[in-house]
Amino acid sequence: MLSIDNLHAGCEGKTILQGINLDVKPGEVHAIMGPNGSGKSTLSTVIAGHEDYEVSQGSILFDGEDIAELSADERAHKGIFLSFQYPVEIPGVTVTNFIKTAINQNRKAKGLEDMPANEMLKKIREKAALLEIDSRFLSRSLNEGFSGGEKKRNEIFQMAMLEPKLAILDETDSGLDIDALRIVANGVNKLKGSDNAIVVITHYQRLLDYIVPDFVHVLHEGKIVKSGTKELALALEEKGYDWIKQGA
Amino acid sequence: MDLQETLLSSYLAFDAQDGPQRTLQDERAAAIEVFEQQGFPTKKEEDWKYTSLRNLTKTNFSVFPKEDASLKLEDVKPYILQDVDTYKIVFVDGVYNAYLSETTHEGADICLLSAALTKKKYAAVVKKYFNTIAEKEESLTALNTAFTKEGAYIYVPEGKVVEKPVQIIHFSTAKNPKLLVQPRNLIVLEKNAEIQIVERHQSLSENATFTNVVTEVFTAQNAQLDYYKIQNDHTEASLIDSTYISQQKHSHAKVHTFSFGGKLTRNNLNFYHKDAEINSTMKGITLIEGTQFVDHHTLVHHAQPNSESHQDYKGIFAEKATGVFNGKIIVEKEAQKTNAFQQNNNILMDDKASINTKPQLEIFADDVKCSHGCTIGQLDEDALFYLQSRGIPKKEARGLLTYAFANNVLQSVQIDSVKKRINKLIANKLGVNIGFDV
Repeated sequence: MLSIDNLHAGCEGKTILQGINLDVKPGEVHAIMGPNGSGKSTLSTVIAGHEDYEVSQGSILFDGEDIAELSADERAHKGIFLSFQYPVEIPGVTVTNFIKTAINQNRKAKGLEDMPANEMLKKIREKAALLEIDSRFLSRSLNEGFSGGEKKRNEIFQMAMLEPKLAILDETDSGLDIDALRIVANGVNKLKGSDNAIVVITHYQRLLDYIVPDFVHVLHEGKIVKSGTKELALALEEKGYDWIKQGA
Repeated sequence: MDLQETLLSSYLAFDAQDGPQRTLQDERAAAIEVFEQQGFPTKKEEDWKYTSLRNLTKTNFSVFPKEDASLKLEDVKPYILQDVDTYKIVFVDGVYNAYLSETTHEGADICLLSAALTKKKYAAVVKKYFNTIAEKEESLTALNTAFTKEGAYIYVPEGKVVEKPVQIIHFSTAKNPKLLVQPRNLIVLEKNAEIQIVERHQSLSENATFTNVVTEVFTAQNAQLDYYKIQNDHTEASLIDSTYISQQKHSHAKVHTFSFGGKLTRNNLNFYHKDAEINSTMKGITLIEGTQFVDHHTLVHHAQPNSESHQDYKGIFAEKATGVFNGKIIVEKEAQKTNAFQQNNNILMDDKASINTKPQLEIFADDVKCSHGCTIGQLDEDALFYLQSRGIPKKEARGLLTYAFANNVLQSVQIDSVKKRINKLIANKLGVNIGFDV
């Protein structure tokens, strides 16, 4: 599904990713771990298509197609979703109106009519229930004044609504208390299927107790320096990143 | 001949005509003298520092329409609120159009100034209010006074709540190129009276048009005014709107101004508090592009204790568009416990767009709360990426963010039909389908 080969990328003339190789197949869950500044968020931002980031070398294939030149919205239409570490506050647009717009723009890109209002309402209710989101929450301005947990739940709610093929969860566990973490992880697990894949980007092992990865990769100085199974995450938790840094 | 000279000589012809203007002979004579002495304001004057009328005053506008312009309802339907029952006072090239209008004298007088000027039963109201709050020494207001003949006349007696909104609509047509129209509106709300007004100026052709409108409003004790101005969006249309509102105790006057275009638009919006415990609200959305120019000059004069004023103006300027915001708040020594808030936020979409924004506070009382803030920025790049990452294309994402930026002002619009209309105008201007109804 996602095939990254020798990816070099960065912004403002600075190369942050120094040759990433990553292969994600449908049905898989990958975790990308690493110390601060190792390039984790840059990787997610580059895959999602932020235009300030330049790919200088290597390729990103999605379903066999090179997506390096596609805009973020075009990548979203192909089924790539990024759950933001810091979701942006947009006063003046409610959660419901935002998701309606997003859904219908995705449909438009596929040549479909707007989703009928009753169908939309039903879907919103169903997915909100999955994330234990109150209906009053949906008529609030997007992310404005939301707690950390509410923001992350809202991200996964959007993921549930948009049903992406590839979901990248960037530090979804940061700022979450244990109850919110359980709700978010539970939501993600319910959305997991044999046709879609999830890339979890995290600093800590904690989230991986809930969303169990098939593969764990360790990122250091813009490169994947170690890959393994979920046991690798446990070893990192125990030994810290210095162990990897020394090995690299 | 420059425009000032043309107007001065036109005045003689206008004055000699038989018409409703005759009853105002003295007022008009005094006013034309003010205009003759002062002429059009220039950039040398502090209040006109950023706004040049040079292009306008070089154009040979005429105050006399040459042809009777008739309009079919089909031609103007899009500009008239249809989905709500309203009274309508419609003018075409400055001339009253009875066919498109719907006036009343039941419960309240919602009719023409020309009728009020000539009929005896209105004489007392006209004498008591006309030209009493308008700034007599301001040259453009004086020019309007000198040529006063027509406009809207609204008188709401004590305790009357006018159930239907009133639409005051001015159309300019292709029949009368380079026409200067100078409507004069007089609106009087007695104690506990309430009214909603929607005023619209719309040009229907490519012609240059110039409107110099003056509105005087009086809100007696506890009266409620809810006033919406939808301004000309035509690139060749220029509009100078001077509105003077005199408020008595416990009255609340709200004015929303929507400026979506025009060659030059200048708003002088003035609130004068004549007593204590008064509330004034002024809000606006300016959304322009090309070389369009919109200027908001507001004034709130707090004279007595315990009053409030709220200002919230949002401006979005694309391409080479220019905006001006000048918000003047005067708090007299007696006006203790005044709460005065002023907010002006602007987005510049392109490098060549500009805004000059200035709060102007003159506070003589010592126990007041006054706050003002102005911001100038661009659309948030992170927010754009966030929206795009959800599959919303850039153009639509920009549209949605712009809409969100202006939304605060839309929230306080009380007439649903107006809210929908403004929403649609914004969406059209941004070239996007916002994807949901308000």
